[in-house]
Amino acid sequence: MLGRLKQMLIKEFIQVFRDKRTRFLLFGPPIIQMLVFGYAATYEIHHVPTVVLDLDHSQQSRELVSRFTSSPYFDVQRQLTDSRQIRDLIDRGKATVGLEIDAGFAQKLLKGQTAPVEVIVDATNSNTALIASSYITQIALGFAGDYQKDRIYRIAPQLIEEVPSVELEARPWYNPGLSSRWFFVPGVIGSLTLVLVITLTAFAVVREREIGTLEQIMVTPIRPAEFILGKTLPFFLIGMFDVMLIATVGTLWFQVPFRGHIPVLLAGSVLFILCMLGVGLLISTVSSTQQQAMVTAFFFIMPAVAFSGFGFPISTMPQWMQYFTYLVPLRYFLVVLRGTYLKGVGMDILWPQMAAMAGMAVSLLTIAILRFHKALD
Amino acid sequence: MSITRLLAVARKEVIQILRDSRSLFIVVIMPVTLMLLFGYGVNLDLKGLPVYVYDRDGSQQSQDLLKRFQASEYFHIVRVVDGYPAITRALDDGHAKMGIVIPWDFSERLSEGGPVQVQALVDATDDNTANVLIGYAQAVVQGYSAEIQVNWLQERGQPVQPAAISVETRTWYNEDLESSAFIVPGVLALVMSVIGAFLTSLTIAREWERGSMEQLISTPVSALEIMLGKLVPYFVIGMFDVVVCAVIAIGWFHVPFRGSYVTLMVSSALFMVVVLSLGFLISVLAKNQFAASQIALLVTFLPAFLLSGFLFAIEQMPAALQWITRIIPARYYVSLLKQIFLKGTPTGMLYADLIPLAVFALVLGLLATRSFHKRLE
Repeated sequence: MLGRLKQMLIKEFIQVFRDKRTRFLLFGPPIIQMLVFGYAATYEIHHVPTVVLDLDHSQQSRELVSRFTSSPYFDVQRQLTDSRQIRDLIDRGKATVGLEIDAGFAQKLLKGQTAPVEVIVDATNSNTALIASSYITQIALGFAGDYQKDRIYRIAPQLIEEVPSVELEARPWYNPGLSSRWFFVPGVIGSLTLVLVITLTAFAVVREREIGTLEQIMVTPIRPAEFILGKTLPFFLIGMFDVMLIATVGTLWFQVPFRGHIPVLLAGSVLFILCMLGVGLLISTVSSTQQQAMVTAFFFIMPAVAFSGFGFPISTMPQWMQYFTYLVPLRYFLVVLRGTYLKGVGMDILWPQMAAMAGMAVSLLTIAILRFHKALD
Repeated sequence: MSITRLLAVARKEVIQILRDSRSLFIVVIMPVTLMLLFGYGVNLDLKGLPVYVYDRDGSQQSQDLLKRFQASEYFHIVRVVDGYPAITRALDDGHAKMGIVIPWDFSERLSEGGPVQVQALVDATDDNTANVLIGYAQAVVQGYSAEIQVNWLQERGQPVQPAAISVETRTWYNEDLESSAFIVPGVLALVMSVIGAFLTSLTIAREWERGSMEQLISTPVSALEIMLGKLVPYFVIGMFDVVVCAVIAIGWFHVPFRGSYVTLMVSSALFMVVVLSLGFLISVLAKNQFAASQIALLVTFLPAFLLSGFLFAIEQMPAALQWITRIIPARYYVSLLKQIFLKGTPTGMLYADLIPLAVFALVLGLLATRSFHKRLE
C-alpha cells in the first residue's frame, strides 16, 4: 500500500512542478496578492481633501478652521470665497469635505446663541463619509467644549477650577494604532489559502478526467483510498507551505505583531486546509470539465470569502445572512488567525472555532470520499 | 474578413455555451448572486454593537451616563460585570466589542469639579469598527459632559449658553450613507471582469489544451474572424448582464440613478472590450486552463476588487500604489459607474475617465489581434 502511495505521490509532484508556469503560480501570486492587499486594503482615512468657505473672518471662525488644518485627518486645500465653489469642487471630485461658516458666526457665539456650521460631505464612498463625519463631530465638540470653558472663565473666573466635565479615554486594544493593515494581513493568509487549495484540488482531479488519464490510473492496481490520498496529500503540503510562506512575508514585511503561539496557528491551518481539500474534492466530483470546476469553485469562493468576516463585519449583515456565515469554514479560521496574531489568545479561547473546523473537515472529507468512490465506479 | 465565417464561429461558440448548462447558469445567476452578496453583505455602518459595562461607582450619575449609552442605537449593553477580567475575557473571545469602565470616584469627583475620565476598552482588531465605535462613544460622553456643565452653571445662577456650535452635515450623492449605494454600482465591474476575462480565457485555453484550436486554424477562417467570433457571444452576454445588474441595483436596492443610460452602456461596452481582450491575451499566452484561470484572476478580478476604488478609497493608498491604479482599467470604469449612478455627472464632464478607458480598449484590442497572429505563423 505504501509503495503504491509513494509512486502516486511522486507522479503528482512531478505533474505539479513540471510546468514552469504552474510552479510560479503556486507561490508567486500569493505573495503578490499579500503585498497588494497589505497596501491597498485600508479603511483608514487621512488627509481628506477639504475646502473651507469662511464668510465670517473672525478670530473664532479662524480658530475653528485651524482645528481642521492641524488635524491629520483633513487636508485643508483651499479657502474659498463663494459657496458655489464648494458645489463645483465636490461635483468634480476635487474635494471630499466642504466646510461653510456663515457671516455672523462670532456674533452669535458672543451673544450666547448656538452658531451653525455647515458641512458638506461627498458620500459616494459611504465609509469615508461616515468616518469623516465622525471626526468632524469630534472636532466640533472639542471646539464647543473649549469655548464653554473660555466663557465660564470670562464670566466667573473663580469657578473655573470647579467645572465638572467627563472625558472618554479610549483604549483600542490589540491594534492601538487602528491600522487597517493589522486587520487585513492575517485575514489574507486565510483567504489566499482558501483560493489556492480549492482550485488546485478541484483542477487536479478534473484535469485527469478531462484528458482521459483518469481511466488509465483506474486500470492500475491502485485502490481508491490510495488514489484520493495521493491526490490530496501534495496539495495539503503545498497549502501548509503556502500558509507559512504568506504568513512569514506578511508578518515580516508589514510588521504585524504575532502575539500567540505558532502551534495553535498551525493546528488551525491544518484543520482549515483539510476543510478546503474536502470542498475541492467535492467540486471535482460534480464537474466534468475544468471550466465547470473553475466556475463552480469561483461560485463557492465568492460567498465563502464575503460571508467570513474577512473585509466586512458579520454583525452588520442581515440576520438570514448571519446564519449562513456559520457554514463558512473561513469564518472560524479568521478568528483563529486574528486571535493568534493580534489578541495572542490560545486554545482556551479558540477551542470552539477549532472544534467547528474539525467537525466540518470530517464531514466534508467523508462526503467527498463517498461521492468520489461513486464517481470512480 | 467575412461576416458569414465570423458568424459561423460565433454560432459554434454559442452552441458550446448553451450545451454546457452550468456555464449558462453561471452567466445568468452570477451577476444576481454577486449583487445580492455585496448589496446585503457589505455594510460598514455599525449598529447595536455588544458592550460590557463595569460600573465601579454605582451612583446616580454613573447610571445616567450609562443610560445614554443604552439609548444610543449604536450600542447594546449586553452585560454588567464586576471586574476587569470579565471584560478582558469578553474582548478576547469576541463577546464584546467594547468595555466601559466608570471609575469608583466618578460622582465624587464630579461634585468636586474638574475632569473625570471614563475608560473605553475597545477591541480594535477591526480598525474600522473600532474607529466608528470610538467616535460614537466620544459623542455620547461629550453630550453628557455638556449637560452636567449646564446644570452646574444653572445651580450657581450663572447665565447658560446652549451648545456653542451646531454642525449640520449634509451628505451629498448618497444622502442616507447607504453602504449598498456605494458598493452596488461597482459590482458591475466585478461581474464583467468575471464574464469577460475569466470565462473567455478558460474557453479559449480549453481549445488550445484539447487541440481543437489547431483544427479551427486549419479551416479557411482567418485569425481575426476566429477571435471576433469567439468574443462576440461573450460581449453580448456581458452587456446583457450589465442590464440585469442595473435593474437589480435600481429596482431592488434603490440605488439612485442620476446619469444617462446611454453613457452607462457606452462605458460598459468599452470596459467589456478591455476585459475580453485581456481574457483573450491571457488564453493565448497561457494555453492551459489552470494557468489561464489563475492569471485571469490575478490581472482582472483582483485589481477590479482591490485597486479600482470599488471598496477601498484610492486616495488613501500609498502614493506609489495610486500611480499603479492608473494602469488598471477597472479604476476608470468604477469611477464612471459611481458618477453615472450617484452623482449624475453630465457625460461631457466624464472625459477624464472615458478617454483612458477608450485608449485601453483600443490598445488591448490591437494587442490581442496581434498576439493571435503570431501564434498562427
